Amino acid sequence: MKTENQKAWFFVLPVLILVAFNALIPMMTVVNYSVQETFGNNQFFWEGLTWFEQILRSERFHAALGRQFLFTGLILAIEVPLGIAIALSMPRSGPWVPVCLVLMALPMLIPWNVVGAMWNIFALPDIGLLGYFVNHTLGIDYDMTQNPLAAWVTIITMDVWHWTSLVVLLSYAGLVSIPDAYYQAAKIDGASNWSVFRYIQLPKMKNVLTIAILLRFMDSFNIYTEPFVLTGGGPGNSTTLLSIDLVKIALGQFDLGPAAAMSLIYFAITLFVSWLFYTLMTKDDLN
Amino acid sequence: MALVLKDITKVVQGETHIKPTSLTLETGQFNVLLGETGAGKTSLIKMMAGLDPIASGTVEMDGVDVTSLSTQKRRISLVHQFFVNYPHMTVFENIASPLRVAGMAKSEIEARVQEAADILQLSPMLKRRPHELSGGQQQRCALARAIAKDSQAVFLDEPLANLDYKLREELRELLPELFAGRGAVVVYATSEPEEALLLGGKTALMMDGSVAQYGPTAEIYRAPETLTAAMVFSDPPINHAAVQKTGDMLTMGDVRWNVSGDAAGLQDGDYIVAIRPNHILPTPTERATVPLSGKIGVTELSGSESSAHFDMNGLGWVSLSHGTHPYEIGETHTFYMDADACLFFAPDGTRVA
Repeated sequence: MKTENQKAWFFVLPVLILVAFNALIPMMTVVNYSVQETFGNNQFFWEGLTWFEQILRSERFHAALGRQFLFTGLILAIEVPLGIAIALSMPRSGPWVPVCLVLMALPMLIPWNVVGAMWNIFALPDIGLLGYFVNHTLGIDYDMTQNPLAAWVTIITMDVWHWTSLVVLLSYAGLVSIPDAYYQAAKIDGASNWSVFRYIQLPKMKNVLTIAILLRFMDSFNIYTEPFVLTGGGPGNSTTLLSIDLVKIALGQFDLGPAAAMSLIYFAITLFVSWLFYTLMTKDDLN
Repeated sequence: MALVLKDITKVVQGETHIKPTSLTLETGQFNVLLGETGAGKTSLIKMMAGLDPIASGTVEMDGVDVTSLSTQKRRISLVHQFFVNYPHMTVFENIASPLRVAGMAKSEIEARVQEAADILQLSPMLKRRPHELSGGQQQRCALARAIAKDSQAVFLDEPLANLDYKLREELRELLPELFAGRGAVVVYATSEPEEALLLGGKTALMMDGSVAQYGPTAEIYRAPETLTAAMVFSDPPINHAAVQKTGDMLTMGDVRWNVSGDAAGLQDGDYIVAIRPNHILPTPTERATVPLSGKIGVTELSGSESSAHFDMNGLGWVSLSHGTHPYEIGETHTFYMDADACLFFAPDGTRVA
């Protein structure tokens, strides 16, 4: 349709101003650092795209990015099906509903650094309940401070414990919004439980699942506090995810230029993958 | 084929929702369940379909006791008031879904879907998804799914309630043709007396979780056994009032008229008189002769009919007549009642004349 006048711009103006203040202006600082070099004293030297090139070619960045994708991929692969399964097994009505909902919401109410500290102590082989149990009762060698695999198992388990609830609650909201008539119709058709899930529940949950996957992707891709408190990125660099590496560069080494460039690349990847997810998952509706 | 209910009841948390109900529903006609919202129509249908548990009694289909058979194993179809279709399947797949579950051959499925789609005028839309259809088309899709399947019983739970007036008429005309010669027991729940009359067949009048009367629709309309049955099967509501019979005179408040017809045989005493609104007319006719004066309250014009609510010293009655009548609200108007159309009930509600 042809644009009749430009009035609509005035209606989006407040949003533009808001976005400018909470996103664009702070981000310009980062953009500013990403193309300059500073040695303090408020002196800046133009560097162009040097930092971007350096980061994109850096093996350290590639490794952190790989770990980041592995982490996000693993937790999505576990939390989404697990969340749906738990939501499916929750009662749809009755006195147990509020109990289940509160139990589900509890992990999400705990502050991130507390979660990290909790799991750190929980998993310690000598004093932690989990660590002691696995090492001494099960007899499996498990020490997340020494063994990279143990560290990975711990951060994945921690994230699953902390965030599966989000998928559960969103899926559950989608499930309870399905009228009984659909279940009755399926029963009358003689449909199996799998068909009911595949042809009624899953399509009806699709919108909330899209949101759940997007939120879980963004949160887990930008995760910092919990693994930092739990493993500090170790042992070695084995659990140094992107944000942990970024903070090391920015505050540990005080390389502001490369850190700024890395931030922007990080941001671009998050944005691109989110867009990709969203487009793929809503493709069906647009046709 | 017949669907036989023997003393079935439904109890939820100690509360009886359906009182012992026995019905024999047969094939070859519409079996209408008529009653207001909450009368138990949907409950009864769910019990027959096996969707709701039955506290006591049995359900037999074609001579076989199916009381404890799961819904999935019964050969039934159900069309809801809401348009229920699988959202991510095309119209074709929707109609085909019960046939696929039953493991029917592909060519047979295609033939059946095509036949059902032809009858319901869905053939051009077979490749669309339900959300791309209008409400009427969505409900036709649900109906097509119900007829494509080889069911012993088809339950239609107010299938036209959510459609607009025109579509409702269109689909209602289609319904008898849809089920003719299919050999399925058709049960149709509705809250509209007019719909029951249009569909004919047999009607079970439902009230407060039990069947007040069951029989051929026209007969029930003409001869309700109880005041309750008369009230359920009348829209606008049937007019009723206390009446005294002394000799050959009937007295209702300050209205008096000569007894006629069956009522002449009644003993003197107190009765309840009931008369349908269409037997009270704004002008006298050969049959409508008993004058009733009342103050006009609400009036309604609906197409070719006009109704007027009028008040006779605290007694609110309704008149329904053909044509448009210019009533003025607040004026006192004299209506004329067809005394021969009066129904008489004993004080306990059973009909006596």
